[in-house]
Amino acid sequence: MNFSLFNFKRNSIPEFWKQYSALFKKKEKQSISDTRFVVLDTETTGLNFKKDRILCIGAIAVKGNKIFINDSLEIYLNQEIFNPKTVKIHGILKSERIKKLNEKEALIQFIDFIKDSPLIAHHAGFDIGILNAALRRQNLGKLKNKVLDTGILFKRSKHIVNIITPNKQYSLDELASELKITPKDRHTAAGDAFITALAFLKIVPKLNKDGKMKYKDLFINPMNY
Amino acid sequence: MKNTIAERILDFLKNYPPFNIISKKELRSIAEQVEVIYIEKGTPLFSQDEKPHRLFYIVHKGAIKLTQEDTGNTSIIDICDEGDIFGLRPLMLKENYLMHAEANEESILYGIPLDIFKPLSEKNKNIKNYLITSFASNVKDPSIIEERGNTSSYIAKENNTDLYNLQKAVFTKKPISCKPTTIVKDVALTMRSHSIGAMVVVKNKKPIGIITSKDLRDKIVTGDYDISSEAQTIMSTPVATATEEITIPEAHIAMLKHSASHICITKDGSSKSKLTGILSLHDLVVSLGSNPSVLIKEIKRAKKSKHLRRIREKVALLLNTYLEQELPFAHIANIISEINTVIIIRSIELCLLKMEGPPPVKFTWVALGSQGRREQLLRSDQDNALIFEDVPKSKFKVTQDYFLLLSSKVVKYLNTIGYEYCPADMMASNPKWCTSLTHWKQQFDNWILKPDESGILLSSIFFDYEFIYGSQDLTDKLTKSLFKTLNTDNYFLNRLAKDIIDKPSPVGFFRQFIVEQDGEHKDFFNIKIRALMPLIDAARILILSHKVSTSNNTLQRYKKLAELEPQNKDLFNSCERAFRTLLKFKTEQGILNGDSGKLIQLESLTKTEKLKLKRAFKPIKEIQELLIFRFNLKQML
Repeated sequence: MNFSLFNFKRNSIPEFWKQYSALFKKKEKQSISDTRFVVLDTETTGLNFKKDRILCIGAIAVKGNKIFINDSLEIYLNQEIFNPKTVKIHGILKSERIKKLNEKEALIQFIDFIKDSPLIAHHAGFDIGILNAALRRQNLGKLKNKVLDTGILFKRSKHIVNIITPNKQYSLDELASELKITPKDRHTAAGDAFITALAFLKIVPKLNKDGKMKYKDLFINPMNY
Repeated sequence: MKNTIAERILDFLKNYPPFNIISKKELRSIAEQVEVIYIEKGTPLFSQDEKPHRLFYIVHKGAIKLTQEDTGNTSIIDICDEGDIFGLRPLMLKENYLMHAEANEESILYGIPLDIFKPLSEKNKNIKNYLITSFASNVKDPSIIEERGNTSSYIAKENNTDLYNLQKAVFTKKPISCKPTTIVKDVALTMRSHSIGAMVVVKNKKPIGIITSKDLRDKIVTGDYDISSEAQTIMSTPVATATEEITIPEAHIAMLKHSASHICITKDGSSKSKLTGILSLHDLVVSLGSNPSVLIKEIKRAKKSKHLRRIREKVALLLNTYLEQELPFAHIANIISEINTVIIIRSIELCLLKMEGPPPVKFTWVALGSQGRREQLLRSDQDNALIFEDVPKSKFKVTQDYFLLLSSKVVKYLNTIGYEYCPADMMASNPKWCTSLTHWKQQFDNWILKPDESGILLSSIFFDYEFIYGSQDLTDKLTKSLFKTLNTDNYFLNRLAKDIIDKPSPVGFFRQFIVEQDGEHKDFFNIKIRALMPLIDAARILILSHKVSTSNNTLQRYKKLAELEPQNKDLFNSCERAFRTLLKFKTEQGILNGDSGKLIQLESLTKTEKLKLKRAFKPIKEIQELLIFRFNLKQML
């Protein structure tokens, strides 16, 4: 019964998802400066992919050395699951008086916004993981976009001699302070996405000191750290 | 929809002009379209002669250096930092960039699309006025440049009299001296050529006596000694001496003790060692900055830019003292601008000496804008121009080149002294503003006969020209031609008048503040744009309409108008009073806050001060009504 229902839903893929998937079929040569990247952050009820829920998604487009405020997304989600413990971090109350979407609507808007742009997040594994978990609840596939993690990019930008503890994980606050970004609106999805976007703009020139870096070089995940 | 980032950008923008005068709703629509740009140190943003971008910029963090290249020389025009706007003028005027912009340090900029800003600026009179003023005088908010000038910080530092007591006296190094056997007549001739009041008589490099103007008067002019006597026969001896370390109060006491007007500075402080300098009572007075006539003398004698710079700093000090002493403001303003004029004249003289050969033809150096109106007290950037006599076409180029070279020397010199460059390049070093009398007449005619936005703007700056140096008949001729053209066309004056009427009256705004304790405009009041400019503009246009040549000074203009139109005497008198009150207010605020005083924080004012301001606003409304009536603006409104 369950199995057939699952199959049934798999067969009726929603239109937006079909369009989204189609975007990834064509392969074009890309350059760093002409690619639209989407920097994102999520606020959640906790860190468990299965149990916890997304409360807010903030995302903003970056191209070249610019962040485009008019190409941004900030959506709040209605969730049944609520964790009072994390309220002090994200500050989103259950009955916050802002317009909230249900999870499905939120995902449709999100997918429509990101298109096939490479995604950037700080500790991207978590954000992508929890988004994928949400997509799964809607019986949709995983995100197909390429993903960059500012935590990893930042480490790559540091000279090898300056890395004292190779396995160190940089928090967004540490990253901001090292890159001299004033942390404002921390722990709002949009605010964190904006800080991450600035961090990305500051890291790229550091990685590309000789000006020869190619688009694909961004996605190298060095295992030797 | 909630937009946290746009909100943050709004929070930043709302602190800086002109965004501080835009409603929150409109500002949000701007913030939502902002592009945040990150540039690394040394990265160019745009270059000179490049086509304008679709965005103009405001510095969020870091600093942007604006430079200009002119015949191979690169000069820094400005360094923009947090809150400064740049790159807007070329967009508005659809011109190529006049400057090169690059990151002076790692910077974050907010790029604002012109498409979204332009409709707002056209709709909102406040923004329009702001832009016109800032385009005319500077690239950015005039107040920012003023704030950066060191004039006011100097006052803050030196205001402390205790500091003075510890300050070393400034003396003249390498004094002019003579031998004991030098003939007195030669002593007097040397003193005249160096404009000095005393000469030390030196034997084996040691000071043995001194001859002052007083000695010459008391001993030679009286006939007691012959003019061909030797110096040693009439010199006063022994001399008062001191070391280089002498402080101002010590020097003062030493002079009183020896009843001497001069102290010889020697290596070990005794008369038995080498003479290294001379300190005059006049030097001391100058150090204390308390006497304008002494300052003027000092200026006329200055040979180096650093001397003039020091004097200019003293002028700022003098201004402060005068204001504290509650001297009549018109008097203060007069003295300060007189001193400024003398400094500029001296600078031109010194630069002329550096030229190869004398000027090929007669020329005139003029001051423009607030300097031309002699209303510039705190502010310190230059607005100037040069007019030279007409020459045959074949000689034009070489003549202009001579004066351009002279002007660029003077402009640079003035900058060294502390008059900032005019970022809008309204300076005599710009070929447009350094040209022949006929060209000037044509430029003026153009503005009058084909008035467009830029003509109106330029005329409000340039028509307030004041003769500074050279041949005054050139300015007289220009004025005559200006009036002649004005006679043929009244539409220009109507346009000017319309422009003034369009400026918002301060009264409504102000009342609103008094009622609204938490309103959006609760913080600052722009006294310059809202209160001073309408009065300045009205005085100019009325004087122009009478075609009378008089001082450009707004106070003088109202005086003259009261004479010309006895029926409106009361109104003009009250305008004059109001202008004086407002300008004084602005100057005092500037000194108090260490800035231009242009933006007044309303909450810092006492109730009396507010009422005083409000009273001063009344004539603005009345004079605007007069303009509406006189220039038939009713149907244009």
